[in-house]
Parts: sequence; C-alpha cells; structure tokens
Amino acid sequence: MRCYVGVDLGSTTTKAVVLGEDGRILGRGITNSRANYDLAADVARTEAFVTARFGLLRREVQRSAGDARLSALLRAFRLEQTLAQLQRLAAALHAEIDHAVAPALRQGTHDAIDEIIDRSRQEEEQVFLLPDPPLRSDFFRDVAGSTFSRLAEELANRDGASFDLLLGLYDKCIIQVENTPLELGFHDHIGAALARIGDPPEVRAGVQAATAMAFDAAVTCGTGYGRARLPFPKEWIRSEILCHGLGAHAMFPRTRTVLDIGGQDTKAIQVDGEGIVTSFQMNDRCAAGCGRYLGYIADEMNIGLHELGPIAEQSTRKVRINSTCTVFAGAELRERLGVGERREDILAGLHRAVILRAMSLLARSGGIEDEFTFTGGVANNPAAVQALRELVEENYGRRTLNISPASIYTGALGAAIFALRVDRPGAELDTGGGEA
Amino acid sequence: MSPTPDDPTAARARRQQIVAWARDLYEDLDFGSVHRWLAQAPGRKACGYLPVYVPREIIHAAGMLPVGVHGGGSMEIIRGDAYYQSYICHLPRSVVELGLTGRLKCLSAMLFPSTCDVIRNLSGMWQVLEPGTYVRYVDLPQVNEPARAVDFWRGELAHLLRDLSACTGRTVTDEDLWRSVAVYDEQRALVQDLYDARREQPWRIPSEELYLLLRAAEVVPVEEWLPVARDYLSVTAQDPGRPRDNARVVVVGAFCEQPPLGLLKTIERAGCYIVDDDLLLGNRLVQGAVPRDGDPLTCLARALLFQHRESSILYEPDPGAKMRSIPRRVEAARADGVIFAAPSFCDPALLDRPMLREGAEASKIPCIAFKYAENTGQFQQFREQAGTFSDSIKLWLGTRAEREQSAPQGGAR
Amino acid sequence: MKDRSMLLQKEMIAEHFRRLEAAPQTGEKVVYTFVPGNLTELIRSFGALPLLPEINALQSGMRGKSKGYIAEAEKAGHSADVCTYVKADIGMMMSGNIGPTGTKLPPPDLLLLSYTGCYTFMKWFELLREKYQCPTVFLQIPYQGDGTLLPEHRDYVVEQLRQDVIPALEKVTGRPYDEARLRELLALSARAEDDLVAVLHSAKQKPSPIDSYFGGVYYIGPIFSAFRGTPEGVEYYQALREEVEERAAAGEGPMTPSGRLDDQQFRLVVEGPPNWTSFNQFWEMFSDEGAVVVASTYTKVGGTYDFGFRHDPADPLGTLADYCGGCYTNHNLPGRIDMLVEYVRQYQADGFLINSVKSCNSFSAGQLLILREVEKRTGIPGGFIESDLVDPRYFSAANIKNRLESYFQMLRERRRAGGQAASPAAPPAAGRAP
Repeated sequence: MRCYVGVDLGSTTTKAVVLGEDGRILGRGITNSRANYDLAADVARTEAFVTARFGLLRREVQRSAGDARLSALLRAFRLEQTLAQLQRLAAALHAEIDHAVAPALRQGTHDAIDEIIDRSRQEEEQVFLLPDPPLRSDFFRDVAGSTFSRLAEELANRDGASFDLLLGLYDKCIIQVENTPLELGFHDHIGAALARIGDPPEVRAGVQAATAMAFDAAVTCGTGYGRARLPFPKEWIRSEILCHGLGAHAMFPRTRTVLDIGGQDTKAIQVDGEGIVTSFQMNDRCAAGCGRYLGYIADEMNIGLHELGPIAEQSTRKVRINSTCTVFAGAELRERLGVGERREDILAGLHRAVILRAMSLLARSGGIEDEFTFTGGVANNPAAVQALRELVEENYGRRTLNISPASIYTGALGAAIFALRVDRPGAELDTGGGEA
Repeated sequence: MSPTPDDPTAARARRQQIVAWARDLYEDLDFGSVHRWLAQAPGRKACGYLPVYVPREIIHAAGMLPVGVHGGGSMEIIRGDAYYQSYICHLPRSVVELGLTGRLKCLSAMLFPSTCDVIRNLSGMWQVLEPGTYVRYVDLPQVNEPARAVDFWRGELAHLLRDLSACTGRTVTDEDLWRSVAVYDEQRALVQDLYDARREQPWRIPSEELYLLLRAAEVVPVEEWLPVARDYLSVTAQDPGRPRDNARVVVVGAFCEQPPLGLLKTIERAGCYIVDDDLLLGNRLVQGAVPRDGDPLTCLARALLFQHRESSILYEPDPGAKMRSIPRRVEAARADGVIFAAPSFCDPALLDRPMLREGAEASKIPCIAFKYAENTGQFQQFREQAGTFSDSIKLWLGTRAEREQSAPQGGAR
Repeated sequence: MKDRSMLLQKEMIAEHFRRLEAAPQTGEKVVYTFVPGNLTELIRSFGALPLLPEINALQSGMRGKSKGYIAEAEKAGHSADVCTYVKADIGMMMSGNIGPTGTKLPPPDLLLLSYTGCYTFMKWFELLREKYQCPTVFLQIPYQGDGTLLPEHRDYVVEQLRQDVIPALEKVTGRPYDEARLRELLALSARAEDDLVAVLHSAKQKPSPIDSYFGGVYYIGPIFSAFRGTPEGVEYYQALREEVEERAAAGEGPMTPSGRLDDQQFRLVVEGPPNWTSFNQFWEMFSDEGAVVVASTYTKVGGTYDFGFRHDPADPLGTLADYCGGCYTNHNLPGRIDMLVEYVRQYQADGFLINSVKSCNSFSAGQLLILREVEKRTGIPGGFIESDLVDPRYFSAANIKNRLESYFQMLRERRRAGGQAASPAAPPAAGRAP
C-alpha cells in the first residue's frame, strides 16, 4: 500500500502521521523529542505505522469475526507485546548487572531479576484471563514499573536484596527498551496472539489480510523546529507555518485563521480556502506568553501543568496581570499571593494575559476570520480556551472556534499532505476532520 | 465653595472631595470630562497632545480644550501590542489602544511633540490610522544658540495656530493670545507654589495627591482647574499633618511615560519623601511668566528658548550642564538623594542617565536607579530598593535635616 | 577574484584612516559627524577630514569587537535598553579608540552634529562632547512631519549653516569659507550620485545584477561616509557602474556568499538596517534560497538620490539643506510607506521584508504599521524578522532562519497555488473589531 508520512519534530514532542493514497489518515505516532532527532523521528514514525496496521487489522477482523473476537485479539496482542518487552527488559538488566554490579553481588542480583521478571510475566497472563480487566496505562514503562518496584520491595524485605540497586537498574534499562522501535512487534506477536485465543479461522483470515499488506512510504516530509536535522531531501522539508496552516485546513476545511501556542513559540496564521498560508506572524524574540510561561507558573506553584487550567476555571474574580515576562513570573506570583489574592483568581488572570499576547499577534497577522482553529499544547487547557473565546467575541464578534482532540498532530498532518502532493500533485484529499 | 480658614473638618472634607474628583478624572480612560465639556456648547473642539511639551497657550487661544494623552495605565492592550515590538516602551501601545478602541474620538486634533523617535513616528502612524484627525508633529527647537531659533519656533507656533484656528473657525487676535498666555502663566505659578509647598512640608502634600491634581490639569479647562488647585493649596496648609523620619529624594527621568500611582506611593511608604520630580514636566518646562515685550507669538517663542528647564528632551548647549544638573536640583530641593526612575526603553531618560549619575556621584549624592512601565503591576522590588535606600541614608549618612540639626521645617507637632 | 571597485574602495578607506591616524602630526583637522545629513563637501572645503562614529560602530560589529565594547559601556552605566551603536562607540573609545582598519583614531577637533532623522544622535553627541571636551556645533534639521521640507525649514537650516556651522569650521581650521571650492566639490558629488543611481536602478532588470541590500551597503559606503565630493569617489562610482552594466548586459546576477546568484527565485524589497555581527550568515539565508534584494530603504539613510535629489553646485547651502532634510529617516511614516510601495512596483518585487532592529527606534517604531499598509496597497505578503545592529546577543540565527524559511516557502506555495501572490487581494484589516 502506497502511503505518505509527515514528521513534526517539535521542541518537546515528535509526531508522525501516515496517510493513504486517498489522503485518509491511517496512523499517528508520538514520542518525546530526544537529543537524538533521528531516533525520535524513527520512533514516532514506527508507532504511526503500527497504529496504521492496527487500523487495518481492526477493519479486517471486525468484518470477518465481529467486535468481541476483535477485542480479545487486541488484548492478546497487547499481552504478547508486553511479554516481549519484559523479555527485552530482562536481557538488558542481566547485561547491566554484568557490567555495573560488584562481582560479589552479581549472582544474587541475577537471581532476583529472574524472579521479578518471571512473576511479572505470570501476573500479566493472569490479568489477561480476567473477564473484566482493570484500566491501566498504555505505556509499558508505567505498567512494568509499578509491578517491578512492588516485587523489588518484597524481595528486599524477604531476602535483604538492595531495593535501591534494583530500582536503579530498572531506571537505566527501561530507557533502552523504550528506545527500541516496535515495528517488528506486529509480525512477531500477532501470530502468538492469534494462537492464544485459539486460532479461530474467521479471525485468522482477517489477520492474514492485515499482515500481508505492505506499507510503502513513497514520500516523507518533515517539519517542526528540528526539521533541518531530518535526513530528508531539502524539497521534502516544510516550515511549521505551512504545515500548521495546511493541517488545520485538513481538519477543519473552513479554517481561515489558525492560532498555535506551543512550548517555545506562538504562531498566528491566515490561510486561504485551499489551506495555503497568506500571511503569518510569530512571537518576537521575547518568549513571554508562550506555553513555557505556563510551565514556569506551574513549577512555581508546585503543581502539574495540566492542573493549571482546571484551577483557573474556579475563579470568580480574575486578577489583572500585566506582564507575561517569564523572568518576573515568580516574583509577581509571590507578591500577589502575599497580598492575599486567591490562587485561582491569579491563575485566571495569567491565562487571560497569555491569550492577550496571542490576540496581539493575531491582530498583527491580519485579525481573526471565520472559522478560527486553535492548536498546540495550550489548546488543551480549558482556561486558556475560555479566555480565548471571551476575547475573540469581545474583539471580533462571533467566530466558530475549532479545537481538535488530535490538534497536537496538526503540523505532522500538514507535512503528510505535502508528502502526498509531492507524489500526486493536485490529488483530491479526504483527510477527515476533528470535532468543532 | 472654599472652606473657612479655621474649620479643619471642612478643610479635610474639601481635600477629600478634590482628591476624589482628580482620581475620577485620572481613572477615566473614556475622557468623560472632555465629552461633557464638548457637549456644553455647540462647535466645541478638543486637541490632544502627547508628552512632554506642547504650547498649550496656542491650543487654548484657538478655542480648543487641550487634553494630555498620558497612556492607559494598566489597561488591557491588544491592538497596541500588534503595532509595537517588545523592545519599545509601553506608552505608544496604550495610546494606540485608546485610539483604536475609539476613546480618542473626542479629539479633533492630536499633537506629537519631539520627545523621541517613538513619539515622532507615532505622529505618522496617527495620520494613517486616524485620517479624520488633524495631526501635527511639533518639532521643538534644538539649538546651540537660542537666539538662532526664535524665528523658527515662532514660525512653528504660527503654523500651529493657523491650523488649529482653521479647525475651530476662529479668528485669533493678539488679545486672545495674551489672555491664554496669562491663564497659563497663572497655572505655571500655581504649579510652582504646589511644588514649593511640598518641598517645604512633604508630609502635608503626598506625592500621590499632587500628582492626581496635576493630572487633572491635563484634561479639564485651565479656568476650571485653577480655583480647585488654589483650594487644595489652602486646605493642605490648614492640615499640620505628621512629619515622618523620611529621607528626601528627587525622582529623575519620569517625564514621558508616567509611572503607575502605586510606584509613587511605594516610594513614599518606603521612607522617601519625593521633594522634586520630572512627572508631567510639560506643565513647567517653561519657568516663570512669559515676557510681555513683543508680539505674543515671539514672546512665547522666547519663553521656551530662554526660560526652559534643563531636560532630556532638549539639546543641552552648555557642556557642563548635565554634570551639574543633579547636584543643583538636589541642593534646590534640599534633598538627601536621587532616585533615577525611567520607563523601560526610554531613550531620552536612559541615554542621559550615565552623565547625570556621574555628576551626582561626583558630588557624593546617594543614588539608586530602576526602570518601570506605566502598567507595572508589582512593586515589591521598588519597595525593597527604596526602603533600603532610605534606611541607608538615615543610618549612614544622616538626612539633611539631621545634618542641619534643625527641627522639621514648619515646626509642626 | 575581486572587482576593481572593491579594491578601489578598500584602498580609499585604508588611505582615509591612515590620514586620520596621522592627523595629530600632520595638523589635518578632524570633524566627527553622522551619516544621515552629513556635510562632507562643506567639511572637506575647509580641508578637514570627516570621521563617522556609526561607521566605526558597524565596523566593530563586523569585526567581532562590538560585543566587548558594548559590555564596556554597559559596565560604565549605559542601559541594556538603548542603541548599541552608541554603546559600541563609547566602548571603543574606552578601549583605546582603535578604528576599523586597526589604526588609532584621532580625537575630534570639532563635533558637527547635523541632527537628522534620529533623536539618539543628539544624546550621542552630548556623551561624546563630555568625553572629548571639544568644540561642538549643532545643526537642527526639521523633520518632515507633513511629508515635505517646508521652505521656512529650509531657510532655517541655511541660516544655521551660515551663522553656526561655517563660523565653527572657520575657527577650527583657521581657513575662511570658500564657496567656490564648495561648488566644485558639490559638482563632484553630483557626478558620483548619477552613477550610484544608475547602479541602484539596474536592479529593475531580471535577473538583477546587484543585491541592493547586502551588496548595497558596500555600494553606498563611499558616498555615505567620507568620499562625497572627492575625485576618488567619482572614480569609484564610475568603476562600479561599469561593472554592474557589464553584468547586466551578460544577464548575470551579483556575487553572494552562496556564489553568483543568477537563478533568482525571489525579488525582495527590504526595510530596516542589516545586522552587522552576522552579516554574511544573514546574507546567506537569503542567497541560499535564491532571494535577491532589489531595493532597500537602509541604503537611503544617507540620501534618497534615486528619487531625484542631486547636490546642486548652483545653490551650495540650499542644496545641503535639501540633502539633510531628505534623508530616509527624516521622512514621516506615510512618506516611508509610499517609498516602499513605489519600490515594490518599480522593481517588480514579489516579497517585502522588514528587518526590525532593536537599537533603532527611528527605523523600528511603526514598522508593523508599515508592514500592514504595504501589504494592503501592493497585495504582496510581508515578512517580519528581528535582530540588532551590532549586539550579537540579539541575533538568533535559528530563529531568523526559521522565519525566513517559512516566509520563502509561503511565497513559493502561493506562487504554486496559482499566482495569488500577484493578486491585489488585501489581507483582512488587523486590530479592528468588525
């Protein structure tokens, strides 16, 4: 199957989107950006292909065997994947023990790891057999980590093993496991998963159809802050501005104005009816009012970034904040708290101040036309969205405000469409939208 | 309604009333008082101006109400920021915001004096943004030899008068001009009296009140302001107040973008009486009365050229003047030290600062320096600096009052 | 291989600084003055040598010295907020006053401040006067607030020249004012100016044989600094014009850091001064993308010759007044917008870019309005980047490259999408609620 990939190498996360020839989204992947940009791009792309293949599998198996069988298969697959990762983890741990642990302690540590990994495996298989399994994190690190530390503690109490040593080993090795792409995992595990649910022929037919499909990435376009470091031909690199404009257009075809507030910068973009950028403005040299500013505030208040918005929403009386300068953020906050202002009121004021900066940038770029699409990490913050709604209405009247739950993929989607256009200029697209 | 001299309760009430009146004017970003004045008679027009100096006599003689546009304080800025990079001061942002939100529609004319390149360029922006408004860049005389520029500045005054009187449709006679000169002479004298009174007994006239009163003078007709200001002077004279053990400071550099009221209060509360300053400097750039020895425009021109205060906005022909400036002011105000308080990115104030400071330090005058913006919202750092400054003066140097071993002037308590 | 004009220019400048260095011995008088509204012919008619502090500051920037100089000045109490030309100059002075060619600069015998288009000059001279304690003469050039230099303003300038500037020069040099000599020099200026304008106009061709911004700053070097009214200046501009005309005839583009730029993808108009500390890197961000600058406003700070002005020997003081009043930054905002729109049209530009420098409020305050108005009137999209003149702390290469790339790609996409770049559709009005 011929397909097209867009990679958005951002300052905090790297995103990939895979499109089919008809422009439909086949898969998406995301990972943390790392010092090694190639690896980050590789991991995100691989994940996008795995989700693409799952999409295919879902369609095929659902058609041939129905929802219940599909769900069992997916759980079995997830189990096989986890078991394989446990095995990799075990290998990494044993190697690390030989490398880093004092000879006198080695054998005992090897034994402890063997026991922990073995019991982890058994626990996973038991969880699979439960009729109604508990909801758990999708990330191997979280699942394996909690079991590992529980068992390590138990061993420490029972045998006097060093808890700190075991956990230190885990922390070191989990990174290696995480950084290994899982593409081969699909082919490796889908057979075992099928066997685990009894190899029913109607499921097997669907699996075979999905497995047989070969993805052929015809063109890969790169974008994002680190795009210059991607090993692509120059003509396959597109600016974030173009990709955000086109991506927003693909999600919401009536978009004319796009606001993106990311960690390091803010962009205001005007696009035409085809998603072509007609003008844009980025925040100036001063990064005041970007996502990072909210990060400082969260650090200063000792709360999580995702908690800021919900706290601010409880405000009944917004405090006027005039500066979004990160340098003074801490001092201003402490002074406000010092004079008895309430935390939620201060936060509400801060969110409004961030959005005020964005409003100025929008005015600079040509104002806000209907429809208006908001993307970037700050678009997930309900207080920021509320402040934006208010200010847009106050200054421009009613506008349709679009925010997609998949807005983090906007740039990668735009890049993928560019990739498709490189190969098939003028193709009619059906990239599907997000929800308004 | 002036209070009788021996009724302290009435005096206090009148004072509160005046300060409340001034504060309302200060806080009213919609220029309600200007609207009311315009509505009182058909055909009235108002003329706005930016800091620092414009010849208000000309505006007045043309029959217009001079209105000082001193920014928007801490108002929210959207449109203003759309036009300015982060390295430009705050004042033009709020002025543009006021303009683009329609709050300056009451002004038929806008004058932009040659304070700096930012205000100068704003004059051109205004021509584009507000095509219906009469806009003039007021190029002040900058010369080595004042006599050389009398004709030039007289020509500028005549040009302005011609344009503004065309705007109001009035024929302005010399008598009209002399009347305007007289009323502003009166205002200058009264402003001087207020500054003198504060210098002598700063506990009687808090800087915040003085400032609010002078801000009122920027928006109400001068004839309306004069009696109120006279009242204020008389009622404060009746209130002995309570002198505090404060240092006396001159605040230098705040002549254009105005500091928030909170900053003035913070300085005083931190233990520093402000006994001289550059705030709203345009109202006293010309010192003393305009001479009456020629035609009124020439006399006005000569007044600016020969009677102006030293200022960062005018070329200083005397090579030693910058170095002598601070010691002279400190001596005149009998101050203990200097606070350099300039708006961030203010070219005139900040480019002058090294020389002024060098002059101060050569005379062993204690100094501190900081920057502000009109919308500065937190004062902690100022409080700490000013408080430490005041303490260090009192602890290590002794205030001037202590050095002179005299009781507080005026003998209160 | 260097062009003859470049070798000439190098030799002229080296010789000039040799003379400056030797001035305390030879007795030649040195006059410090600024580029916009400089009175070079008048100074030279008294046999004195001009020296321009902004040129020293920008040279310090190009030679990697400005960072240290600025630090010196800031240590001495100059604010981080103000013009870095001033600080680079003051810092250089504090560090021994070694000039751009490595020779020691002489102190001024006279500070001649022709206050044109930039308020900071006035403050700068007050600072220099304090350091040098030398005679100072001041010339006020009224701003074109109404879009033109009014006759009374012209008279005012002439009067100051007669009453202040000429007597000051007479006193310092010990020579009487020689109007015949001044006329001769002004005639030389006009010849060089004709050739310069021919060079600037050559960019109307496709491909353009010059880059009018990065190359342009070299072309204006002699005429904006010390060589107006000199035979060397005339020779330089003749040589330059011949080279440019040869290139034009051969259909060749200018030399750039990316090689000779024949394949010109974008024709740009640029507003604002360049960055000097990373000059070549900055230029490369354009030339790598095939962008050539066909007209710029920065190359008009020392005179707007391409709009017709020439020094006129028939009216020596009047023509100097006209010259001073007409420098680019002495024009009001609407005048600057008109000029830029004119450039976009005359030079058939497909892009318009502002480099907004932190140091220079005279240029920068109002540029975002200029951007909007030029977009509105020409229908071509504007780009906006920020840097500084000589403070390397304000040149973020990654940041600027990101914006420039985005801008060029936008132009390319718009072109690909069917020539929308050429349509007069204005972007929606900014900043106003409907």
